[in-house]
Amino acid sequence: MTGPSSVSKSMTMGEAGLASVFAVFAFVSFLGAAMGHDTAFSFHASLACAASLISVIMIGNRYLNRPAELPPAEIGGRPNYNLGPIKFASAMAMFWGIAGFTVGLIIAMQLAWPALNFDLPWTTFGRLRPLHTSAVIFAFGGNVLIATSFYVVQKTCRTRLAGDLSPWFVVVGYNFFILIAGTGYLLGVTQSKEYAEPEWYADLWLTIVWVTYLLVFLMTLVKRKEPHIFVANWFYLAFIITIAVLHLGNNPALPVSFLGSKSYIAWGGVQDAMFQWWYGHNAVGFFLTAGFLAIMYYFIPKRAERPIYSYRLSIIHFWALIFLYIWAGPHHLHYTALPDWAQTLGMTFSIMLWMPSWGGMINGLMTLSGAWDKLRTDPVLRMMVVSVAFYGMSTFEGPMMSIKVVNSLSHYTDWTIGHVHSGALGWVGFVSFGALYCLVPWLWNRQLYSLKLVNWHFWIATIGIVLYISAMWVSGILQGLMWRAYTSLGFLEYSFIESVEAMHPFYIIRAAGGALFLVGALIMAFNLWMTVNAGQASETEGAGALQPAE
Amino acid sequence: MSLWNRHKIFEKNSIILIVGILVVIAIGGLVEITPLFYLKSTIEAVDGVRPYTPLELAGRNIYVREGCYLCHSQMIRPLRDEVERYGHYSLAAESMYDHPFQWGSKRTGPDLARVGGKYSDDWHVTHLINPRSIVPQSVMPGYPALARTELDPSDTAAHLRTNRAVGVPYTDEQIANAAADLKAQVDPDSPGSDAFQKRYPKAVVRNFDGKAGNPTELDALIAYLQMLGTLVDFKLYNEKANLR
Repeated sequence: MTGPSSVSKSMTMGEAGLASVFAVFAFVSFLGAAMGHDTAFSFHASLACAASLISVIMIGNRYLNRPAELPPAEIGGRPNYNLGPIKFASAMAMFWGIAGFTVGLIIAMQLAWPALNFDLPWTTFGRLRPLHTSAVIFAFGGNVLIATSFYVVQKTCRTRLAGDLSPWFVVVGYNFFILIAGTGYLLGVTQSKEYAEPEWYADLWLTIVWVTYLLVFLMTLVKRKEPHIFVANWFYLAFIITIAVLHLGNNPALPVSFLGSKSYIAWGGVQDAMFQWWYGHNAVGFFLTAGFLAIMYYFIPKRAERPIYSYRLSIIHFWALIFLYIWAGPHHLHYTALPDWAQTLGMTFSIMLWMPSWGGMINGLMTLSGAWDKLRTDPVLRMMVVSVAFYGMSTFEGPMMSIKVVNSLSHYTDWTIGHVHSGALGWVGFVSFGALYCLVPWLWNRQLYSLKLVNWHFWIATIGIVLYISAMWVSGILQGLMWRAYTSLGFLEYSFIESVEAMHPFYIIRAAGGALFLVGALIMAFNLWMTVNAGQASETEGAGALQPAE
Repeated sequence: MSLWNRHKIFEKNSIILIVGILVVIAIGGLVEITPLFYLKSTIEAVDGVRPYTPLELAGRNIYVREGCYLCHSQMIRPLRDEVERYGHYSLAAESMYDHPFQWGSKRTGPDLARVGGKYSDDWHVTHLINPRSIVPQSVMPGYPALARTELDPSDTAAHLRTNRAVGVPYTDEQIANAAADLKAQVDPDSPGSDAFQKRYPKAVVRNFDGKAGNPTELDALIAYLQMLGTLVDFKLYNEKANLR
């Protein structure tokens, strides 16, 4: 390993610095584990201690095994892209996707058959539901976003990813955050802010990771070899920056003890509600929309081998989208104790948001001009195009549901759940699957193992989505109508529990739809596994050009 | 054409692009959130809203911990059917001491904003341990562990102090007696119960879970549920007074 070298080998500042920081952190978290006020905190501190020690060992190992010089930015005049962290994040995305869909299926079945809660503290719906939402949004979606953004920014800037250890810090640190958040939910550690449930220490850790992510992305942009910043990167940048702002705005909290998991949020009552849904809706707008639009803007043109339909449309819809989205939060609080003026603003901007959303959809779909025939032969492209169609559908449904009279029926019902899932399964899910089907063969220099299996995945998952969202439309509207139904004598017609009973068949259909979606993802995992481990080397890149394992 | 050329400044300079994004995303949030902190009309002036007793606060934390808000809202909208089904529509003032708020976003189960006093303590004990023994069609999980778990009074004062730091007006006296008040609220015969009721006017002192001994998580959760929506006396509430 330590062969003769022209340059004498020494630790980089990054290696030495990060190893020392982790060594100190291991000691601090050891103390935290020993002195923690509650078991959950001690458990998390132990995890942090173990992870820090492993990091120190990994950094040391890397130093011992690497050549004296760090990987060059260019080899033979071509950029030497850094693919290791992207491979890691892609694999984690697939893993968390399966985990998140599985937990979703479990909680769907719990609503149909409540005995499946087992009445143990760790397995009830209330603790598993945040695990499901975080696992699919932040773990699956987040890893897809980090993987694709690191890939796209390198390719479109024609330069190696900035930083040496920091890209690894981002992908591993982010997944460690997921681990802390997910195990916390099962142990009852939550601040109860939807989609921002992790407690204060997990939030602090995520802040460090996210700032590093921003810096890696930004510094790669700064050293780009292309004069223009490609459109996908605007969306990635808006996603990274806005998520940082939202995370900081929604999460300021004071822990009861710095050795305990419980904290109280700085905001209270109506202000807290407004902060929460400013955050919550823009987690949709910037995490689940802007980030995945970036994926659309790179992967669809690439796969269809056609240029983006309209450059001007992308400019208009980018600025309009990020400007309007931020206002939409109060539509989650229609008819609540939030002042009317804020509700009306939220509704108005939500309706306007329809336009830039469809601008994005049109730009994505019209990119297929002259290449529509590929939908017949390429199921990966079909998956991505259908995802854009789902995007169009749910961004029409959303503004409609934000109209106050519609919302008075739909709010608090399963209609909202159906709406979220047409966006989440149809748009985010499918565009992510499409991107991973492209990315994995590119990263490992292989041909995709089986297009036939992609086709199976596409159809099984599509049927699953249709079952899911139509069941939720029916149950949601039924629920809303039952709650407001009056008899001819002027009495409320149904007791609440009658509306619960009426949901049972739809909850079974929904669970069946979710199960199909999960089966599709399992087929995908098998397909990608075979691509990496048994696939044929890609013809275009030439055999034997495998990336060294990093 | 020239206008499109102007956009190049964003496309060629990553820092200017970042500044542009920050400005554009800041406006909506600033306009919608900032006034909520200074407009007087945001939170109504009403009598009766007080900080939670230590036991109720502990119960509220269990409510948060178990994710009850994922299926139960605490926000009655001013719609005819909701007001008839659940009671007077919710006021902003009723959740002004809530860190975090628990308005919820989904009603897999009914709204709980005014569940206080609607059912007996016994009903809650049975229902929380096994919901289907009382409501056969219910899909709610059972929480038998609550009855077996005693509350830890050692950090009760710290909880009140933290709440005060984020804006809940707990007095020094309330903080100093927090641990004692936690126990006093489940024991009407204890010497501390009179002093407790002076510190928290109209708070209910009762053995909520029906079992003697130290307060359990079940005591705390029921104490919280039984006070929900009971603080404001709507016979005396004048909504016109809040048009300001």
